[in-house]
Amino acid sequence: MQFPSFKDKPVAAYGATAVITLALLALPFLAGTQGNGWVRIIDFALLYVMLALGLNIVVGYAGLLDLGYVAFYAVGAYLYALLSSPQLAENFEFIRQMFPNGMHNSIWLVVPLGAGLAALFGALLGAPTLRLRGDYLAIVTLGFGEIVRIFLNNLNAPINITNGPQGITNIDPIEIAGVSLGKTQTFFDIEVPSVYLYYYLFLILAIIIIIVTIRLQDSRLGRAWMAIREDEIAAKAMGINTRNVKLLAFAMGASFGGVAGAMFASFQGFVSPESFTLMESVVIVSMVVLGGMGHVPGVILGAILLYAIPEVLRYVAKPAQLAIFGHELIAPEALRMLLFGLSMVLIMLYRPAGLWPARQHGTAADAAADDKASGEAKPAATGSGQS
Amino acid sequence: MQFDILLQQILNGLVLGSVYALIALGYTMVYGILQLINFVHGDVLMVGAMVGVTVVGILATSGLPLPLILVIAVACAIPVCVILSLLIERVAYRPLRNAPKLAPLITAIGLSIVIQTLAMIIWKPNPIVFPDLLPTKPIEIGPALLAPKQMLILVVSAVLMIGLLLLVNRTKLGRAMRATAENPRIAGLMGVNANQVIAVTFAIGASLAAVAGVLVAMNYNIAQFSMGFIPGLKAFTAAVLGGIGNLGGAVLGGLLLGIIESLGAGYIGDITGGFLGSNYQDIFAFVVLILVLVFRPSGLMGERVADRA
Repeated sequence: MQFPSFKDKPVAAYGATAVITLALLALPFLAGTQGNGWVRIIDFALLYVMLALGLNIVVGYAGLLDLGYVAFYAVGAYLYALLSSPQLAENFEFIRQMFPNGMHNSIWLVVPLGAGLAALFGALLGAPTLRLRGDYLAIVTLGFGEIVRIFLNNLNAPINITNGPQGITNIDPIEIAGVSLGKTQTFFDIEVPSVYLYYYLFLILAIIIIIVTIRLQDSRLGRAWMAIREDEIAAKAMGINTRNVKLLAFAMGASFGGVAGAMFASFQGFVSPESFTLMESVVIVSMVVLGGMGHVPGVILGAILLYAIPEVLRYVAKPAQLAIFGHELIAPEALRMLLFGLSMVLIMLYRPAGLWPARQHGTAADAAADDKASGEAKPAATGSGQS
Repeated sequence: MQFDILLQQILNGLVLGSVYALIALGYTMVYGILQLINFVHGDVLMVGAMVGVTVVGILATSGLPLPLILVIAVACAIPVCVILSLLIERVAYRPLRNAPKLAPLITAIGLSIVIQTLAMIIWKPNPIVFPDLLPTKPIEIGPALLAPKQMLILVVSAVLMIGLLLLVNRTKLGRAMRATAENPRIAGLMGVNANQVIAVTFAIGASLAAVAGVLVAMNYNIAQFSMGFIPGLKAFTAAVLGGIGNLGGAVLGGLLLGIIESLGAGYIGDITGGFLGSNYQDIFAFVVLILVLVFRPSGLMGERVADRA
């Protein structure tokens, strides 16, 4: 089922767009009838979509396996937390004097700052890894992620910056144009709770990120990334500055993670190192790889599935096991991890390109799909199609 | 820098390093033949430790002499780990031998999660105590003290490492392993069954990991489903430090990493003026890894390899 082309079938195309837009706008209200918990799940799913798309730039486009992505998420989250909570004011006299009303900063300052700091960390991570191959790169990035987490966990002595394992609390919710997203607001007599407001914010951000990544795909930079992914030496021979391009991949991917992190901090109101473990990185990598590496719809699908299914399982697992076995065999948390690991193994064994992969360039399937899209009847493609 | 503290730290480091070396040997052997990082190796270690601690728990009240219990525990852990490792190779790695490198890595991570979760279900998430089976009176080595169990670790590790080196360098099987590591197809032409050699490699690595697992549990008196990850990662660092694919390098890397970690944790407070404490100990392995991979990716004893894409 192909989305109707705007050029050939404008009515269908605009119609479909309108339907999808209305559905997305109404979604929180529909889901909210079952309780705010479901809307929270959707909000977190959107956060993970943002993270997965950011990682997709590094892993999917540039082919650089990054197992420490959660570090950038953490950087964005902690920066937001430090700039929008009492943490710094409580622990440092000079900050208390500079900001007598407490640290409350506008999101227009903090979010770009978070993205920028994350991008800097991305470049810092990328710099020593430029010559590394797949396996080694994975382990080094894993180490980097762990180093960041250990620092966050321990920077509470001798000077308390991150408050260690207890985390930072009382983080301001986001305020846009005077409207705080942390409280229920009323528009045109409709009551919109905070969870719904955050949904719209995350939806807008996710759409922006989706548009950016799709445009990047066809840009010169995007093609440079894919060239490096396929064959780095050939890319270099074609004149691509692989060093800069790789650093850009890390930095840009990281910046998306930083933005998502800032959103996470404001949404949850609380950050601690526990949210930024290696497992999180693995989950995000799985979303990209199992969804379809380098293919934006696949990555979005992967993110939504891999976040939503475990959450649904949490509600469903116990009743299902009671019904089938008469008692609870496996705790929902353990079942979730088990199925997660199993799905990674099974998908890699049987569908290594992911659930919804990109079309392979230069193959017969690609040529056939192109023919169908342009609506012309072409003679059957020979061994290698041309696109 | 007082000498007796330094000696103590170095001895502790050697004990730690011996365990790393045992695990690193498993990594390096598999990498030498398959060019694959066996991410699951740390969890094989954990399974060995859990089986060991379970056996010890069962036999603790049976009245058998304590050192014998330890031997039985290890004897039970080894077959379990070997079977697990062979299963993993058969199910996950063999079908993906010709796939791009990403696939076996993701599969390994997935398997690691599955094994850890199964261990958590079987043995419950709480840590299990590994009782002291050896006398606890420390032995004096100059100004430093060494517990008997630490001595045992050093002795057992040394024996196993020497045994492995003899196996690889002096036996027919070892020759087959070295040939397969160098070029599996030509080795096949010479009559070496590559699949068999690979299976044996995994089995030997798993046995070493099983012993290492029991030793770690014995050393820290504790075993838990999540205990395999960090030692696995550090042992991998040790293997890379020594030159991956090189057995002597794995031993050297393991011992060196153990000493670096021990000295680092001991002195980091002094070096950084109290800013960083010994709770940053785990970072040392990662920092060492990054430094090695940036400045000398072939490791201390590896041959210089060209950059591969």
